[in-house]
Amino acid sequence: MRKLALSDEILLTIEKPARYIGNEVNAAMKDMDAVDVTFAMCFPDVYEIGMSHLGIQILYDMFNRREDVYCDRVYSPWTDLDKIMREKDIPLFAVESQAPVKNFDFLGITIQYEMCYTNILQILDLSKIPLLAKDRTEDDPIVIGGGPCTYNPEPIADFFDLFYIGEGETQYYPLIDLYKEHKKSGGSRIEFLEKAAELPGMYVPSFYETEYNEDGTIKRFYKTNPHAKDRIVKELVMDMDDTYYPEKPVVPFIKATQDRVVLEIQRGCIRGCRFCQAGMIYRPVRERSLEFLKERARTMLKNTGHEEISLSSLSSSDYSELKELVTFLIEEFKDQKINISLPSLRIDAFSLDVMGKVQDIRKSSLTFAPEAGSQRLRDVINKGLTEEVILEGAGMAFEGGWNRVKLYFMLGLPTETEEDMRGIAELSDKIARRYYEIPKDQRNGKVQIVASSSFFVPKPFTPFQWAKMCTKEEYLDRARIVNHACREQLNHKSIKYNWHEADVTVLEGVLARGDRRIAPVILKAYEKGCLYDAWSETFRNDLWMEAFEECGVSIAFYNNRERDVDEILPWDFIDTGVTKEFLKREWKNAREGKVTPNCRQRCSGCGVMRFEGGICIESKN
Amino acid sequence: MKVRIKFRKYGVMKFIGHLDVMRYFQKALRRAEVDISFTGGFSPHPIMSFAAPLGVGLTSDGEYLDIEVNSTDSSEVMVKRLNDVMVEGMEIVSYRQLPDKMKSAMSQVAAADYQLFFREGYEPADWSAWENAWNAFLAQPSLVVWKKTKKSEQEVDIRPMVYRIGLENHVITMRIATGSVHNLKPEFLMEAFYRYAGMEWKPFIFQVHRVDTYMEEEGAFVSMETAETFIEN
Repeated sequence: MRKLALSDEILLTIEKPARYIGNEVNAAMKDMDAVDVTFAMCFPDVYEIGMSHLGIQILYDMFNRREDVYCDRVYSPWTDLDKIMREKDIPLFAVESQAPVKNFDFLGITIQYEMCYTNILQILDLSKIPLLAKDRTEDDPIVIGGGPCTYNPEPIADFFDLFYIGEGETQYYPLIDLYKEHKKSGGSRIEFLEKAAELPGMYVPSFYETEYNEDGTIKRFYKTNPHAKDRIVKELVMDMDDTYYPEKPVVPFIKATQDRVVLEIQRGCIRGCRFCQAGMIYRPVRERSLEFLKERARTMLKNTGHEEISLSSLSSSDYSELKELVTFLIEEFKDQKINISLPSLRIDAFSLDVMGKVQDIRKSSLTFAPEAGSQRLRDVINKGLTEEVILEGAGMAFEGGWNRVKLYFMLGLPTETEEDMRGIAELSDKIARRYYEIPKDQRNGKVQIVASSSFFVPKPFTPFQWAKMCTKEEYLDRARIVNHACREQLNHKSIKYNWHEADVTVLEGVLARGDRRIAPVILKAYEKGCLYDAWSETFRNDLWMEAFEECGVSIAFYNNRERDVDEILPWDFIDTGVTKEFLKREWKNAREGKVTPNCRQRCSGCGVMRFEGGICIESKN
Repeated sequence: MKVRIKFRKYGVMKFIGHLDVMRYFQKALRRAEVDISFTGGFSPHPIMSFAAPLGVGLTSDGEYLDIEVNSTDSSEVMVKRLNDVMVEGMEIVSYRQLPDKMKSAMSQVAAADYQLFFREGYEPADWSAWENAWNAFLAQPSLVVWKKTKKSEQEVDIRPMVYRIGLENHVITMRIATGSVHNLKPEFLMEAFYRYAGMEWKPFIFQVHRVDTYMEEEGAFVSMETAETFIEN
């Protein structure tokens, strides 16, 4: 029987011991000594979140297909166990092998959101791996980072030996091969990193340095090692059918956030919303074939026993064979009582018909994401959703029996005026009015409209990467304006308005567009006790503010100035395929309120055509 | 058709709580493609009922789960099919048909046998003193303890809920009331003893193992498994 890293006493004292015992259905148990390379794959958040992540499931499956590799999983211990591990000096372990993380060849960390940065330090610290890459020795694993946040890896560059920029399916096997050879020949850590630096998509931060101007902007970013590349071109999968996708995903014992089979129907998005990083960095849109998805839906449901399946993509309504796919899922799994969970689809006759079939209308709500309150601002952000379309969709749904609507907005978008803010309230009211146009005897009670706004955070590689962010006070003032306007509406009793915390937004802004001078702040915040910053119950803004002050780093420098388009940005050395020229053009179009058509309507020449795949070549056929 | 499944839970699976064991079986039954019946309504769920929830930290050789199926293979085939989709620490012992009129597993449970092992590091310093106190404790005609209920705290005599108790080779064995009518937890009894003997009680002193679960039939306790018949091909 497996020996656990934690004693019964500890496991029976902490919350949800199932987080730390492994042994899940479809987990790949292997003998660590019988393989050539061991890889600890980490999601730096609590188990239930980490287990819900599709990317890890894909890579975990891909690694373990190789007989010479063992990939195990690591998650952040929750605060209760974190405390015990520090007190009793227990090293962090991977869940299946229960072996110390430090014994692995690689520690791979997926970095999905900025607010997990202190958790990365927790993982390293509890594993007894030096926090700074420069302090690591031959005894430490190679710490490699991947995921969306690595499109600006600079704020966390000091903590990583290596970053993998782009989609994991393509270069991990070559990297493993390289490591295997290196292990055999007994080379040094630096020699391995030099070889790795030559692989596509790999970025070794210690091989580069930054020089700053007196005003704090970047003067020069340059290589210090001849093996390093000038530019790191992102990696991406071109054939979405002939690639890795798990047939037997791991099924946790405790309810994970995503307790279902997830079918990734496509990667990328045709829309080009100017605030959206995913919509830019995952270009071009690449669809999986209907046949592939049908086959995987069957095998994954069979092998997991999940009672639900959901579709995953940035904009499922744009998948060209959505109708066929959804009809297939409903028909095929009806008798097995499998729930079909639909992502937010564009509300139209088709989606309403489907929603009526798969969910209880009385319990479900309609979701719209206009993102901005006025048509003018929606044009600025290139969100192609019009008021007319919303009202038409809502009207159809109301006639079909729905009476609950969720609306998502952002506040603090570039060029936003008071009129745009008030537009959130007015649009909510118009939807309510549309509901009350239905004769009373045909209505299903009162309408409920919940409008929520988050605060806009400019992200690298978007046309808004140069934009000025609001301060916390400005954000909250804007939320108050919207809230006040909601109360002035005719149907104010039917409208509920929520807004997010502004503290986290400010911090996210700095971490998203920061440079290497942010690393000491993250380190200091962690030392002060910051952890699980993405969780409101554990987020300590006061400690973060102290850390900024003690490190002498100005938040305003990163958040509250508009960057010049010619300024060297910390992430300029990364090449996502989307050219800077395109982003500049889009930034200009935004300020002129000019809409850019989506990829299916017309190519706007963003630059990713050079990858010669997905929609870029489809439209040429 | 009603079916009773007997299973074992051991090893690291003792850390999986009852609700998660239910979820585990819902998915396992799907993986094994058991033709389970569903309830009606907008959100149908598989018809299944567990005999007696097992607390987190306990292992067991005698857990029971009743399900309803539309069709089935033989007991032998079904045990194999289910074991093929189990994880280490969950083992299907039997899969047998129940009489249609049989009450649900949960309402039948009347008693359970347990074994309590001292965990390493928690053994008594003086075994004979411990045993003397234990014997004196059990010699009392009644064992009145404060028991917390949902609403209040009240005095209860737990002696009638202890049907059989013994100690051999430092392992305590007991048969005690389990189920919806009377329910006694082994740890509760042991805590009462430690308090009686003036010894410090700690929740981790014993590893508790459930041996089997029983129902009452004509005044006698019989294993939940005896109500079942094999399904032949």
